[in-house]
Amino acid sequence: MADDTGKFGVGALHLGIPNRRQFFQLGAGAAAGWTLSGSSFAQTERPTNPPDKPRGQVIAALSQEPTVFHPLMPGIEVDQGIWWQVFSPLWYIEPDGKFVPDLAREVPTIENGGLSADGLTWKIKLRSDVKWHDGTPFTAEDVKFSLELINKPDFRARSRVGHSLVKDIKIVAPDEIHWRMETAYSPYMSILAALTFIVPKHILEKVTDPNASPFHNAPVGTGPFRWGERVPGDHIQLNAHAGYHGKGPYVERVVFKYIPDLTVLYTQFRTGQVDYTGLQGILPNFVQEAKTLKGRKIFVSSTSSVEHIAPNLEFGPFADRTVREALYLGINKQAIIDALNYGLPRLTESFVPQQAWSFQQGLPQHKYDPAKANALLDAAGWVRGAGGVREKGGVKLEFTNSTTSGNAVREQTQQLLIQDWRAIGAAMRVNNMPAAVIWGDFWQQSKFNSVLVSVNFMLGSDPDVTPRFGSGAIPAKGGRGYNTYQYRNPEADRLLAEGARQFEQAQRKTTYGDLQKLIRDDLAILPLFQGFIAEGVKEGLQGFRPNINMSINCWNIREWYWA
Amino acid sequence: MARYVVNRLTQAIMLLVIVSAIGFAILHMAPGGPLSQFAASAQMTQEDLDRVTKQLGLDRPLPIQYFDWFGRMLKGDWGKSYRDGEPVLSVISSHLGATLELMATATIIAVLLGCWIGILGALRRYSLFDTLATVGAMIALSIPTFWFGLVTIYVFSVKLGWLPAGNRQTVGDGSFLDLLHHLIAPAMVLALVETAMWGRFMRSSMLEVINQDYIRTARAKGIPEWRILTVHALRNALLPMITVAGLQFPTLLGGALVAETVFTWPGMGRLFLDSIGYRDYPVVMGILMFSATMVLIGSLLADILYAVVDPRIRVG
Repeated sequence: MADDTGKFGVGALHLGIPNRRQFFQLGAGAAAGWTLSGSSFAQTERPTNPPDKPRGQVIAALSQEPTVFHPLMPGIEVDQGIWWQVFSPLWYIEPDGKFVPDLAREVPTIENGGLSADGLTWKIKLRSDVKWHDGTPFTAEDVKFSLELINKPDFRARSRVGHSLVKDIKIVAPDEIHWRMETAYSPYMSILAALTFIVPKHILEKVTDPNASPFHNAPVGTGPFRWGERVPGDHIQLNAHAGYHGKGPYVERVVFKYIPDLTVLYTQFRTGQVDYTGLQGILPNFVQEAKTLKGRKIFVSSTSSVEHIAPNLEFGPFADRTVREALYLGINKQAIIDALNYGLPRLTESFVPQQAWSFQQGLPQHKYDPAKANALLDAAGWVRGAGGVREKGGVKLEFTNSTTSGNAVREQTQQLLIQDWRAIGAAMRVNNMPAAVIWGDFWQQSKFNSVLVSVNFMLGSDPDVTPRFGSGAIPAKGGRGYNTYQYRNPEADRLLAEGARQFEQAQRKTTYGDLQKLIRDDLAILPLFQGFIAEGVKEGLQGFRPNINMSINCWNIREWYWA
Repeated sequence: MARYVVNRLTQAIMLLVIVSAIGFAILHMAPGGPLSQFAASAQMTQEDLDRVTKQLGLDRPLPIQYFDWFGRMLKGDWGKSYRDGEPVLSVISSHLGATLELMATATIIAVLLGCWIGILGALRRYSLFDTLATVGAMIALSIPTFWFGLVTIYVFSVKLGWLPAGNRQTVGDGSFLDLLHHLIAPAMVLALVETAMWGRFMRSSMLEVINQDYIRTARAKGIPEWRILTVHALRNALLPMITVAGLQFPTLLGGALVAETVFTWPGMGRLFLDSIGYRDYPVVMGILMFSATMVLIGSLLADILYAVVDPRIRVG
């Protein structure tokens, strides 16, 4: 049935008048003695494997509008939804954390000679059967061009982390490229996998301004889908690339539909106008109802983000570790998870997602224990003063907490925190701001007392958190990174430096395990839970695989097909 | 008359310059900036952000940024969107059609329905119809557009399945019927407040006219009631509506902003909201200047038309 392939939007059926094709299908069904239900009709045609030729289309709804199509320029998660369809990286990361070659023939390792033992020399063998969407063959020249473009001074590159260490790029053959790293940097493997897409030299070398060219709004890649059209503010259409070098694509078209309001997005999923609810998915309060919808499947999966309270460690009371521990003990986390998030997220104690290879088991578990929190503060000399608020040495245990205004769940969480902390003599006030304000200087220059925030600390699948917890990464102190917590610990610095030099996963697991213990022990952040996303797909749409190593779960639409 | 038009034009241009300066200052002095959306990303460090800030010229003093922008705007270069790198004029024009379509439909509904309700209300003053129309208008003016939009979707899309829950068209179907099908609900929502306003204005205007001496005289002369109404009363009652029409643009644009968000309509209102959220300065300034120009043109046209109709205005 046409609708099962997603070829015709349900919206078109709302008129209640079947079109000619549907009319004949219904007629034929009746003649054959079928019951006239969509499911029984679809059942007879349902293939068990992907189709031989791309069939149907997928309408994927996103709550933010993708606007950056040059995959090396500053973009946000939603833009990656387009990049993954149009472009290819050298290798990518499967949900289980394994690197899988894409444009490369194999993933370089010390064992296969792709990496030197000291991690300084990288030798990449490339596929020779890959073509750009315009038919031009892909070669090592494109890889060299892409890496050099990132480091070009006048190019508005998203990030040069890792790339700036690449030196002496040599093209050995059209399908082989070598380079040297200034220093060993193992997270580069992940940066190349999840965050670096290769762009076409034959097109971009001709443009006069690398920051603005026709390519920026009609990109050409090697990915499973070709650029179709963009209707600004509405949708982007991508068409199957027949010459794609990998498996798939199995649908003729992908349409990314921009629906900014999450309630409206869910309504359109419910009424069948969209086939998949992508970023930011279904609101927690709709999840239970969504699970009862006929013809819809709901996936609730963990994300790499950790929802936490970010203390500014240079701010009065928070500089005292005892205060942080008491505050942590005073939080009723389970209430936040159950009452406000419908029991969907998972408790966590680490900045690393629990599905990652580097996750450290056995970290001390949080307990909601206001009595212990009170005892700790009493023992540390924090005495209750006027209004029940504690103070010590003239410093009052009062602070503000900020988050993005308009985020209802976080605002409710703040109300619970106020109640919980009042019981232990801490006074919290709310100081919320719009996203464009709070994540500006206020956050970057550590002008906050505390912030309720969700952060993905991982670089793809890599646990290197030097930009987040390295003492040289404090922007408020002129550092290079995002250590807005102003966390400083020489042992953490040592572990971070060591982890970035190591290439053996077992060794790295130990190093980053120790780092997780240290950060948990220091309570550099007060983790609440690991983030989650609830996504819906229409029944019959196969191939959806949430991937915690990617910023967006529609990373593999090339594998999706209608059954 | 020419002097009057030149004077009004000069005032309008001066007003535009003031709007641009105030708008630019407020926008740029608001905390945050176009790069703050990347702050939570693990990919960009502070160093990267600083580099991009410099490349975009956002580290320059505000007056220099303003004069640079203003100078380029006068030459027809409205800058490029920080979000997608497209020229601002092209970004605006790509969203303008959808908004005009919505606004025009809503206006047609509002003018026809509002005027009819207003005229009938005035002619049957204090009748059941007039009372119902008055109460209805008060309710319509009090209902938040956002809420009414959601209720419309719930009733007509979710429950009855008659209308699509949003969007401008079904993907892959550009037919006129499909477009119309999608237009019904948002236009209805947007037209609600407009209809009430037109109805109230029309009723007052009509009441004022039909109580004039010349209408009484016309009746005394035995002129048929329909002729008095259409030839004498209606023409004069419609005159003040020129001003109403001229000043409707900002109200309509405000309503469109909400209706576009609820119905995922890819128009200017939603673009404006998104651009503010992203601190996309060039686009916000572009929309601001465009809207201000439209409002001033509307007001100017209304004034000129009024002056044409009533020469006393020119003297004043």
